[in-house]
Amino acid sequence: MKNIEFTLNGFPMLVYVDPSLRLLDVLRNTLGLTGTKEGCDIGECGACTVLLNGKAVNSCLVLIGQVENQNVLTVEGLSSHGSLHPLQQKFLEYGAVQCGFCTPGMLLSAYALLQENPHPSEDEIKDAIAGNLCRCTGYKPIIDAITAYSR
Amino acid sequence: MNTFEYLQPKSIDEAQNNFNEKSRLFAGGTDVLGLLKDHIESPEKLINLKNIPGLDKIEYVQGSGLKIGSMVKISAIAQHPLIREKYTVLAEAAESVASPQLRNVGTLGGNLCQRPRCWYFRGDFPCLRKDGGECFAVDGENKYHCIIGGEACYIVHPSDTAVALLALDAKIKISSNGKIKEVPVNDFFILPGDDILRENILQPGEVVTEVFIPEPKANMVSRYLKFTERGSWDFAIVSVAAVIEKSVNTIQNARIVWGGVAPKPWQDLEFNKNLQGLKISEDILKKVTSTLFEKAEPLEHNGYKVPLVKNLTKKILLQIA
Repeated sequence: MKNIEFTLNGFPMLVYVDPSLRLLDVLRNTLGLTGTKEGCDIGECGACTVLLNGKAVNSCLVLIGQVENQNVLTVEGLSSHGSLHPLQQKFLEYGAVQCGFCTPGMLLSAYALLQENPHPSEDEIKDAIAGNLCRCTGYKPIIDAITAYSR
Repeated sequence: MNTFEYLQPKSIDEAQNNFNEKSRLFAGGTDVLGLLKDHIESPEKLINLKNIPGLDKIEYVQGSGLKIGSMVKISAIAQHPLIREKYTVLAEAAESVASPQLRNVGTLGGNLCQRPRCWYFRGDFPCLRKDGGECFAVDGENKYHCIIGGEACYIVHPSDTAVALLALDAKIKISSNGKIKEVPVNDFFILPGDDILRENILQPGEVVTEVFIPEPKANMVSRYLKFTERGSWDFAIVSVAAVIEKSVNTIQNARIVWGGVAPKPWQDLEFNKNLQGLKISEDILKKVTSTLFEKAEPLEHNGYKVPLVKNLTKKILLQIA
């Protein structure tokens, strides 16, 4: 067991955990932040996507030890004071959410893109969410929602 | 996944001093954690190299070439303006790796040292590469396996960047017991006939520290073309890297390297020589590529890779010229 400090959703966080745990385990089980989903467990589906220092990563393939002193953003950190982030609003408006399992990861991949590139082309949006699988929407409403937000 | 001790050394010396036969060195972890989860490797100690200062730099010296630290992320290579301009083949190869999430974590060193994707190796089969008794691909599902260079084991090497780096005539720096050695990319990777348990020359505890790519000639152009079954997040079925020195549309020098066809990045020096002095046209390319991979020995389900190699090679040369 080890003390690990990092920044989570803008706040300093200290956890005392087994360093062989994945970031995903600590978020969901230790901290109760279940917005981040576990899908494939091998970095293919993107359901567990969080931002590490502003970049989208698969939290199922990151050990908690690797985030020591780093900055982590989960979907819980997108909303503020109980209201949804405007990007989340656009997802609702455009029907970009069906079963919802991919949504937290989609939001964070899109958010990472928009931070670096506020007005992406459709191809840039598709590239940014290439690591996030959605089995319900056919992707179009998701791309539309991200495009609408960026306008 | 079994539990393990976790170390984040601050220097290569510290990493190597803490290394023993039950340790595993790793960088981004995107491949190693998969190996641990599938119980292909079960180390007691995991040593993360990513916090070692100085290994994550990209440095270009005009007239000499480009140094890329082994802990540089794949996404950083894909986005680097100078690499995109001068070493296009490497930027394109890096951009084609996996997904944005994996490129943001995976490193160049890790990409070169990743283990094969053969489903018998990754699955619950006691195959030769896991010190077991047989290769299950020989008489099994071998659609994605190698067509050349296999001997008892028929993996393909999964790295995209390795293919580009061989075409760029790069060298790999290795830290070994306090000494640094430098080997050409072609000597770094090995075939099953050399050692069936490993894909490269690294001995336990050795660390890839840097990749060096020489300065390109002014008339050099380069591209990477990767054929995959899906549009995103896939390993190469066949890929080809082309580095060409040309004047107008005549090839002066060519280095062509293929991925997805052999247990290591594959080149055919005679083919490179045959390209010298050729004026590019579809007819000429059809002729020179027609004899490619004559020595290939496809398995039952992967013979399609031979025409794929020829056509991709033709395509990339037409694009580049």
